[in-house]
Amino acid sequence: MTSLLKVEGLTKSFGGVHALKNGQFELAAGSVHALCGGNGAGKSTFLSILMGIHRRDGGTIWRSGQPVEFTSPAEALASGIAIIEQELSPVPFMTVAENIFLGREPSGRFGGIDFRAMNKAAQRLLDDLAFDIRADQTMASLSVAKMQLVEIAKALSHDAEVIFMDEPTSAIGEREAQHLFAAIERLKAQGRGIVYVSHRLSEIFQIADAYTVFRDGAYVGSGRMADVDRPTLIGMIVGRELGEEYIKTNAPTAEVGLEVQGLQSPGKIEDVSFQVHKGEIFGIYGLMGSGRTEIFDCLFGLDDAASGRIMLDGSEVSIEKPADAMAQGLALVTEDRKKTGLNLSDSVRRNISLASLPEMSPSFVMRRGDEVAASRSMIERFHIKAARDTMPVSGLSGGNQQKVVLGKWFLRQPRVLLLDEPTRGVDVGAKREIYRIICDYAAAGGTVVMISSEIDEVLGMSDRVMVMRGGRAAGILDRTEANAQSLVHLST
Amino acid sequence: MSDGNVKPATGWLGSEKRRLLVQEYGIFIAFLILVAILSVSNPYFLTAGNISNVLLQTSINGVLAIGMTFVILTRGIDLSVGSVVALAGIVSASFATTSATAMVPGGPYPVALALAVGILVGVVSGAIVGVIVSRFAVPAFVATLGMLSAARGATLIYGGGRPVPALLPEFRWIGTGNVFGIPMPVVILIVVFALSWWVLARTRFGRYIYAVGGNPHAAKTSGIDVTRTRFVVYVISGGLAGLAGMILSARTGSALPQAGIAYELDAIAAVVIGGTSLSGGVGRVTGTLIGALIIGVMNNGLDLMGIQSYYQQILKGALIVGAVMLDQKRNQGF
Repeated sequence: MTSLLKVEGLTKSFGGVHALKNGQFELAAGSVHALCGGNGAGKSTFLSILMGIHRRDGGTIWRSGQPVEFTSPAEALASGIAIIEQELSPVPFMTVAENIFLGREPSGRFGGIDFRAMNKAAQRLLDDLAFDIRADQTMASLSVAKMQLVEIAKALSHDAEVIFMDEPTSAIGEREAQHLFAAIERLKAQGRGIVYVSHRLSEIFQIADAYTVFRDGAYVGSGRMADVDRPTLIGMIVGRELGEEYIKTNAPTAEVGLEVQGLQSPGKIEDVSFQVHKGEIFGIYGLMGSGRTEIFDCLFGLDDAASGRIMLDGSEVSIEKPADAMAQGLALVTEDRKKTGLNLSDSVRRNISLASLPEMSPSFVMRRGDEVAASRSMIERFHIKAARDTMPVSGLSGGNQQKVVLGKWFLRQPRVLLLDEPTRGVDVGAKREIYRIICDYAAAGGTVVMISSEIDEVLGMSDRVMVMRGGRAAGILDRTEANAQSLVHLST
Repeated sequence: MSDGNVKPATGWLGSEKRRLLVQEYGIFIAFLILVAILSVSNPYFLTAGNISNVLLQTSINGVLAIGMTFVILTRGIDLSVGSVVALAGIVSASFATTSATAMVPGGPYPVALALAVGILVGVVSGAIVGVIVSRFAVPAFVATLGMLSAARGATLIYGGGRPVPALLPEFRWIGTGNVFGIPMPVVILIVVFALSWWVLARTRFGRYIYAVGGNPHAAKTSGIDVTRTRFVVYVISGGLAGLAGMILSARTGSALPQAGIAYELDAIAAVVIGGTSLSGGVGRVTGTLIGALIIGVMNNGLDLMGIQSYYQQILKGALIVGAVMLDQKRNQGF
C-alpha cells in the first residue's frame, strides 16, 4: 500500500544554519500521525516546506507515490494537502460562511454569489463537526475558540486528503477539543491522513496512531503509539532522561495569603470566593468562557466593573488599576504572552524591566546599572537562553519568552503570583523548568493561583483545584479528591 | 506555526549584528551619500552660507518632526501641527506687535509673555487632542484631522483673516538672531533634539512611550498608565508646534493666517524616512533629525541644480515611499 505522504532526507537551512537536517516522515491512509518535538526541533520548517511556503534544499517528497515539489500553498492545496494553522487569520466582519468559502464562493445568477447555497454548505459542514456555530454569524462575534473551530471547518471544506493540524487545541477548551477529536475520528474513517502537531502529550496519546519525533532539526525516531509510553516519548523529545513530570516541593502553610469574597463582574463572573494559603498552589480549572481569566482581571484591576472583597495577609485592599495590584505585591502572568505579556518589538532586557520602571528610575532617569543587573539575575535564575539580553525578545523560543515574562514579575518579588496558562505553547523541557520555578516560589512561602486548561497540569501542580462553570465556582476540590473525571464533571 | 522554528537556532548573531548596523546607521549613510553627491555636483553646496541656510530651512520641520516622533512611537499620528503652527504664531504675535490690534489691546507686551502664550496655545491644542484620543478612544487620525480644521478656523477668526505685522525686534530675534554665529532656529532645534533624545533614551517616560507603542496591552498589565502616556505625547507635539509657529512668525516678521499649511506632511515624512515605524514602538529621534535633514538637503540641492519646485515634490514623494520600502525589506531580514 502506498502512503499518502512520504518524505525522505529533507534538508533546509536559513542563512547557512540548518533548520532541518534529515526530515523523514511517512503518513498512512486512515491514520493520525503525531509530529512531536520541542520548540526549535524543526517541525514548523518541515510543515512550511510541505505546504510550499519554503523551498527545500534537498530530499524527496512523495504524494501518494508521486514525487512532488510545491512552490506555493495553493499548489499544496490543489494536491489535497491542507493546513490548520495555529495563528488564526479570519476576516472579522465577514460571516462564518464567507470566511469558510473565501476565494471560492459558489456563484449564483448574473455572476453574483449564491449566498443561500454557501450558507447551507457551511452550516452542513459545521453541523457535521457538531460545532455549535451558525454559518451566518460574523467572525467578530465569535470567541477565539470558536474562530479556531471555523478555521478547522475551513480546512476540512477543501476536501483534503492530508490535513496538517498545528496546535489546533491551544486556544480551545476541553469540550470543543473533544468535538474536534470526534471529527478527526470521522476523517480517519474516511481514509484521510492527519498530521497532528501538539505539545500536549495526553492528546497525542488519545488520538494518534503513529508518531514521529524531531529534535534539533533532525529525525529522531518514529513508530506506533501502541508501542510507546509517555516517559519514553518525552525522553525522545527532550533527548535526555527526565524524572517525574510534576515534582511538588511545596506544602501549604496554615496562613492565608490571599482571600477573595464575593468577587463579581456583571455578565462575566458571579459570587466567586476562595482562600489561598501561603505556600499553596491553588489551581483554577474551567472551560473556555467559564470565567477563569475574568477572575484575574478583577483581582488585577483590569476590569472596571468588578466588585467584591480582596484580602491580602488578612487586610482588605482596594485595587482599581494594575498599578494598585502591583503595589500590593500581586503579579499577573497573562494568558497570551504575545498579546498581553511582552513588548515583542523590544529587547529581552527591557521586557524584564517593563513592570519595574518606576523602581528603576527613582529620579525619573533610568538607572542603567540596575537594569543590566536585574536582567542578568533573571536570565541566570531562570536559565533564559538568549545570546545577549539586548536581542529582541521576539527571537526567543516560546519557552524562553515565557520565562522572560516570569522574570519580569519575579523581579518585583511578588507576594501573590497569578498565573494564567503558564505553559501554553511551551515545549516539554521548558514546561518542567516552569513547574520547578512555580514550586520553588510556593515552597519559599509564596501564594500561587494558577489557571490551566490542561487537566494533567492542573492535577499535577495544584494543592487544591477550583472548578469554574458559567461564571461561578462549581466547587473546590482537594488534591486527594481531584481527578480528571471530577474536573470534567464539575466543569460541564 | 510554533514560534522560533523558522529562524535559525544558532549563528544568527552575525546577521543580527548586520541588521542592527544597517538599522542604526543606514539612514545616516544615505544622508552622507546624498551630501557627497551634492558637494561634487555643486561647489556652492558645501559653503558655510549654504549649510547655514539648509539648517535654517530644516529647523521648523525638525522641531515639528521631533514632536511627531513622540506621537508616532505610541502608534498615533498628529495631523494638526500645521494648523497649530499658524494659531500659535498669530496668537503670540498679537502680544508682540507694535501695530494696534483688536485682539490684544495695550500691546506690545514683554516678549517673554508672548512666547509663553505661544507655547500655551500649542500645549492646550495638544491637550484637547490628547484627551480625545486617550480618554474617548477616538482614533488619532480622526481627532487630529478635526483639530487641523478647527485650529485653522480659530486662526482665521482670531486674526480676522488678516496677518499680524510689525513684530517687536526682540520677538523676531528667535527667528533671525544668532548665538555664536549659529542662527537661533538652529539653536532651538538642537536644544529640542537633545532634550527629546534624553527623554526617550534615558528616562522612565521614554520607556513608557516605547512600551505603549510596542504593545499597549502588555504595557497596561505591567502597570503603565497608557492613557496618561498617550495624553502627554500629544501635549508634547502641540507644544513643539507652538514653538515652531513662533519661530516661523519671527522669521517672516509677521504672522500669517495661512502659515503652516501641509507642514504635518513634511513632519511625518521626516519621521518615516528616519526609520520610525508607523505601527509604533520602534524608532529614534536621531533618525527623525536625519530624516528632516535629508528633506532639507534634497530641497536645497534641487534648488541649486535649478530644478523646479514642482519636481521636488515628486522626488520627495518617491523618497518617502522608497524609505519605507527599504525598511520593510530590511525588517524581513537578510
